Amino acid sequence: MLFMLSVVALIAFTGASAEGLGPFIPKAKGEQCVEPTQVMRERHWEFILHQRDETVHKGIRTTRHSLKNCLECHVQPDEEGRFPRSSEPTHFCTNCHVFAGIRIDCFECHADRPHEAYGAISRHSRLSLNDMFRKRPVR
Amino acid sequence: MSLGLTRREFLQGAGAAGALTLAPGVFLYAKDPEAPVTDAVRWGLLVDTRLCQEDCNACVDACNEEHNLQDLGRPETDAQWIRKLTVRDPLGGRTISLPMMCQHCENPPCVDVCPTGASFRREDGIVLVDKHTCIGCRYCMMACPYKARSFIHENLTEQLPDAPRGKGCVESCTLCVHKVDAGENTTACAEACHKDGHQAILFGDLNDPDSEISKRIREFGATQIRADLGLNTGVRYQNL
Amino acid sequence: MSIASTRYATLDAGRNYWGLLAVLAGVVLAGFAGFLHLEHEGHWITGMNNQVVWGIPHVFAVFLIVAASGALNVASIASVFGQVAYKPLARLSGLLAAALLSGGLAILVLDLGRPDRLIVAMTYYNFKSIFAWNIFLYTGLLAVIAVYLFVLFQPALARWTRAAGIMALLWRLILTTGTGAIFGFLVARQGYDAAIMAPLFIIMSFSFGTAVFLLVLAAACRGSGRVLGDALLFRLKNLLAVFVSAVLYFVLAYHLTNLYATEHHGFEAFILNFESLYSKLFWLGQVGLGSLLPLALFYSPKTRNCRVSTLVGASLVIIGGLIQMYVIIIGGQAYPLVLFPGMEESSSFYDGVVASYVPSFWEFLLGITGVGIGLILTVAGLGALDILPEDLSDPKPAS
Ligand code: SF4
Ligand code: SF4
Repeated sequence: MLFMLSVVALIAFTGASAEGLGPFIPKAKGEQCVEPTQVMRERHWEFILHQRDETVHKGIRTTRHSLKNCLECHVQPDEEGRFPRSSEPTHFCTNCHVFAGIRIDCFECHADRPHEAYGAISRHSRLSLNDMFRKRPVR
Repeated sequence: MSLGLTRREFLQGAGAAGALTLAPGVFLYAKDPEAPVTDAVRWGLLVDTRLCQEDCNACVDACNEEHNLQDLGRPETDAQWIRKLTVRDPLGGRTISLPMMCQHCENPPCVDVCPTGASFRREDGIVLVDKHTCIGCRYCMMACPYKARSFIHENLTEQLPDAPRGKGCVESCTLCVHKVDAGENTTACAEACHKDGHQAILFGDLNDPDSEISKRIREFGATQIRADLGLNTGVRYQNL
Repeated sequence: MSIASTRYATLDAGRNYWGLLAVLAGVVLAGFAGFLHLEHEGHWITGMNNQVVWGIPHVFAVFLIVAASGALNVASIASVFGQVAYKPLARLSGLLAAALLSGGLAILVLDLGRPDRLIVAMTYYNFKSIFAWNIFLYTGLLAVIAVYLFVLFQPALARWTRAAGIMALLWRLILTTGTGAIFGFLVARQGYDAAIMAPLFIIMSFSFGTAVFLLVLAAACRGSGRVLGDALLFRLKNLLAVFVSAVLYFVLAYHLTNLYATEHHGFEAFILNFESLYSKLFWLGQVGLGSLLPLALFYSPKTRNCRVSTLVGASLVIIGGLIQMYVIIIGGQAYPLVLFPGMEESSSFYDGVVASYVPSFWEFLLGITGVGIGLILTVAGLGALDILPEDLSDPKPAS
């Protein structure tokens, strides 16, 4: 915890970013984040955590602080139109978290790209993928 | 839908309208995303076993596709949220076929036994696992009378945005909660069954006396499986 | 030998002692490596599946937890019921109970799907869950035993011994009831829906715990060159014999009450008809090997005064106990859930068929690790603390 705080503090105070000192921050969609950058740097995990419980237990589906919404803007395709995966250094979350040395396990379960990226695998091709794996017929 | 709009975008575009009439008798409740769910509604399913075809697997396929439940070639450990059950009466040999899934009990044993409270029942009757607090003890699987739950025995990849799932947690039918919250007023299984022309699965609000599901239950009656356990299930069956 | 004069000493830390510790440490380390592998791969490398969700690890864990509670018997008899002969053994009784309990709990934790969330398990409680109560009961028992041992170790606190002993006795009775209730509360499962589960578990704990205690005591005396008097050993044996008979009686009562209710006939046939694996394990393992054979050894005139027979008998009780746990835990899950009484069910999810379960190496490793943890704690405790009396030989007649 202490370590985490100090890292957060380090990033926050040095304002580390493009100068080469900090992590490489991939370009996001849009002009402005849902909160001021500094606030996000220090407290994004609180927001996501809070939103997580609200959504899971109460069905509150506001997007402002949702993980999905983070991905919508911050995970963008490269020139070839390919979205980075959470296992790659070009992924927004992964990059900074590797830099900060804090392991996150969000993407063991959660999709690591925006909805749009899954559109590429069309509903139809997902269907045929599933046909390949079709459950054994009922006995 | 036409105009390249998905149904969800269409709904969002329609704004925070309370209820939207798409066709006579078909209402869409666009839930206000800011409001917590309440017990004013209780979502449930009605299955008419007479309409369910034994050789049809459409609901199961649709569920697997919707949540990307993959067949890993290990049937004993692969997750199944919904399965087709064949029930045969040894006296006379009448055979019926029905989809079996989490029954979204009002008094769910899985919730009672869960040590961390990860298994819980939403105000609107949907029973879920909060996979952030599930420790994977599997006591809920021991307690569920319907074998509705699956444990994830391996690392998963390629999960979909609306269906986060992962190793070491227990999961089961979510009553397509992502669809319900988006106001789609249906589930993947009900939709698929409808599309296949069987219409054996009906989704709806059990609390609303005017909903199609309530009307049908009132008119023709419906049974709970293992009603003796007193769980007041949210999934009811006709013509068992 | 009066209590006041009982002198305790640590085990001598000789070559054998360190050798034993090293072997046990090796087992625990191997187990931990296995756990890391399991945690990395997921549970598909075990034999457990969506039908049989609790497997060999739980057989070992529940056995150890139940035996831990029973290992406190000797302490209770000494401190609560004032049996002088057992007083010198009360310390060992407490230590062994704490060690076995730790071993059993370790297995349960290592087998979790998300063991990394242990902190969640300890901070989020669902107070309706019998499982959550048990977490309290288990950690609570460790604390109660610590207090009890502390009191035993302070001559100045001697007058509190009885109070501490009563506390420990009550706590462990509740704990075993709670452990039995984990299964007893599963109303939907044919094999578990029985109120008799709780008392059955209590009496099982007496039997398994006493058997483990007897063996550990004999081994510790042998390893440290102490004389363990025949009178004391046979006294423990007689106690064990009573418990083994009582377990048999309760098992009989359980199946007879079940047979009375027609709805349970399917499950009863499954366990009793000698066709399924579980039925064979029940008759040959649990009843034959684990109950009748030890009883014969304990009571027959030829063997009842034989030390070796006593030790063999106690070992058989332990083996039979593990088999009994297997029949209860695995057999209860393998038998199909009944969704439509009186109908034949089939599906792609193994409805209506007996579920298969083939335990894998990794699960046994987890189970053995728990045993290893229990033993290593016992051995370390014996080496570090004045647990074992220096003299356990029979009192001289007419002194
Ligand atoms: S059917 Fe099973 S998993 Fe679903 S709510 Fe009832 S007990 Fe829980
Ligand atoms: S496996 Fe998860 S959801 Fe099920 S009882 Fe354990 S902690 Fe609760």
